[in-house]
Amino acid sequence: MELTINNLSFSYAGVPILKNIDLSVDLGELVAIVGPNGSGKSTLLKCINHILKTKQNSILLDGQDTNKLNIKRLSQLMGYVPQTSISAFPFTVFDVVMMGRKPYIHWSIGEHDNEIVAQIMKLLGIDHLAMRQFPELSGGEQQKVIIARALAQQPQILLLDEPASSLDIKHQLEILCILKGLAQSKERSVITTMHDLNLASRFSDRMLMLKKGCIYAMGKPENVLTTQSIEDVYGIKADVSFSTVGRPIITPIVNDFNDFTSKVSLFFEEKQELKV
Amino acid sequence: MTTTTADLKKLYNKDKKKKFFVLFFISSALIVTVLISLSLGAASPRIGDAVNVIFFKTFPFLNIDPPSPLAVTIIWTIRLPRIVMALIAGAGLAAAGATMQGILRNPLVSSYVLGISSAAGFGAALAIVFGISVAALGGYLVIGNAFVFCLIAMVIVYLIARVRGMSSESVILAGVAVGFLFSALISLIQYVSPTSNAVQAIVFWLMGGLHTATWQNILICFPIVAVAIILMMLQAWNINVMSMGEEVAVSLGVKSKRVLAINMVLETMATASIIAFTGIIGFVDLIAPHIARMLIGNDHRYLIPCSVLMGAFMLLAADTVGRLIIMPTELPVGIVTSLLGVPFFIYLLVRKRRRSFNWN
Repeated sequence: MELTINNLSFSYAGVPILKNIDLSVDLGELVAIVGPNGSGKSTLLKCINHILKTKQNSILLDGQDTNKLNIKRLSQLMGYVPQTSISAFPFTVFDVVMMGRKPYIHWSIGEHDNEIVAQIMKLLGIDHLAMRQFPELSGGEQQKVIIARALAQQPQILLLDEPASSLDIKHQLEILCILKGLAQSKERSVITTMHDLNLASRFSDRMLMLKKGCIYAMGKPENVLTTQSIEDVYGIKADVSFSTVGRPIITPIVNDFNDFTSKVSLFFEEKQELKV
Repeated sequence: MTTTTADLKKLYNKDKKKKFFVLFFISSALIVTVLISLSLGAASPRIGDAVNVIFFKTFPFLNIDPPSPLAVTIIWTIRLPRIVMALIAGAGLAAAGATMQGILRNPLVSSYVLGISSAAGFGAALAIVFGISVAALGGYLVIGNAFVFCLIAMVIVYLIARVRGMSSESVILAGVAVGFLFSALISLIQYVSPTSNAVQAIVFWLMGGLHTATWQNILICFPIVAVAIILMMLQAWNINVMSMGEEVAVSLGVKSKRVLAINMVLETMATASIIAFTGIIGFVDLIAPHIARMLIGNDHRYLIPCSVLMGAFMLLAADTVGRLIIMPTELPVGIVTSLLGVPFFIYLLVRKRRRSFNWN
């Protein structure tokens, strides 16, 4: 299934968030959306998933306008992993993953649903948590549960909003390897927003760099991540070197911020009333 | 870890069985309570007599030996309608509380918070003091007015919340505001009321009670509550998904705003048709769902039936105690529910390790 985004613009309360976004994603691709806070990364994901309403013919699946699909059908095609997961009333891990079957079930859970959920939990290594309460889990475990829920939807397109940003390094790698594997199976495509440029560089097939709601650059990581683009988009200087597999590695240069450090330290040294 | 998918499914099925056991256990407790409640009171026929009367009245073709007319009056005309009303009221209020807490993702939601109770009180007060009623259908002056004002409150809350995109917070805040407005209006009516009798009647109505239950009332109330509960049950999956957040609900194919609107109507219909007859019975709709959550978890496919049973049980038990504790007079059921329910709830809250809700 091919996702096409066609001249997508989105405004919230009159403020434009996304401007003229064009993108097309094929099965088997892992696309990372990067950009500073407020550049429209999450909004783009939410538009794709119809959490935010878009104009006609701006999001297409295999050439068909998604505005014409009903919301249930759409939820069988796309899975969404939000940035933070709330659970006002705790459910067991099994129940949370089972919610991913919502697009397919009416009332009772069939053997088939049970089997899918059990297999996905086993695959992601969360089977031992099955009967634990979701809010009691660590951040990394919760993230895997939510990814499992999205996979239980059997989507062709998986959308993730910062899946790795609140995790420790091991869980980050685990999650990204899972995503990589999902894309590599050629069964689905993965679109994820990311803050960590080095992780995005290491794992994505293609990167989309947003600046103030517009596409600044798009393409292979080595073409997108340059000293120039990072300075333009993020407003910082960075060294770009290359890893053994030829992916760019970003090292920000912090010298520019030394002024800031000394300003803060001087402020607290001088101000009598703020002294401890 | 050597679990297989078969083990996992077994684990899940075991959990399901446990839930059915909980439902069975509460049902049994409920039946016992009904029997006890039938046979205890100022005049006490034995349980056997009570059952005899019920069979005599419900299955006239069975040719059961007619029980004494006194027993028939006590059981059939006085005690049974009251018990049935307690069951319906407890069940309906608890189901409404459970679903709205889930949909609005807030453990504090009840008919008080959504403004419905105060609106009913205002409608009743208006009818009691001034004889003004917008729906005085066949002598149901107070009842009709209380019911209609519940609906009015719901519409106001809905319209306010819609401006703010029907978010959970906007519904709750609008509900609280509307509730305060109607409370103030109740006070105003009491203040300007020409007679102290009328004030007393309002106070009595606001306390709520089941002593006014008749078969005729039950015939009106039962179908509405039953249909509302069934429709709430059909929403169970939607509510489950919505308690994980609105965006998640949408991404799982649930039209969250529509589900919220539908359930606001269901909850109001159920609550209004109960409290219009009984007066304001609070607390059950808040607490019964929480006790149910602790016993059976938060999957609404089980939580709603469990809340229904728990609400019915709590209200009937409280009303029975209220009837018996200071014979020959009685305590209003609202007072007893809180006096008995709060300590029990606090006990569960402190003792249970597993949290049944989160503050976020």
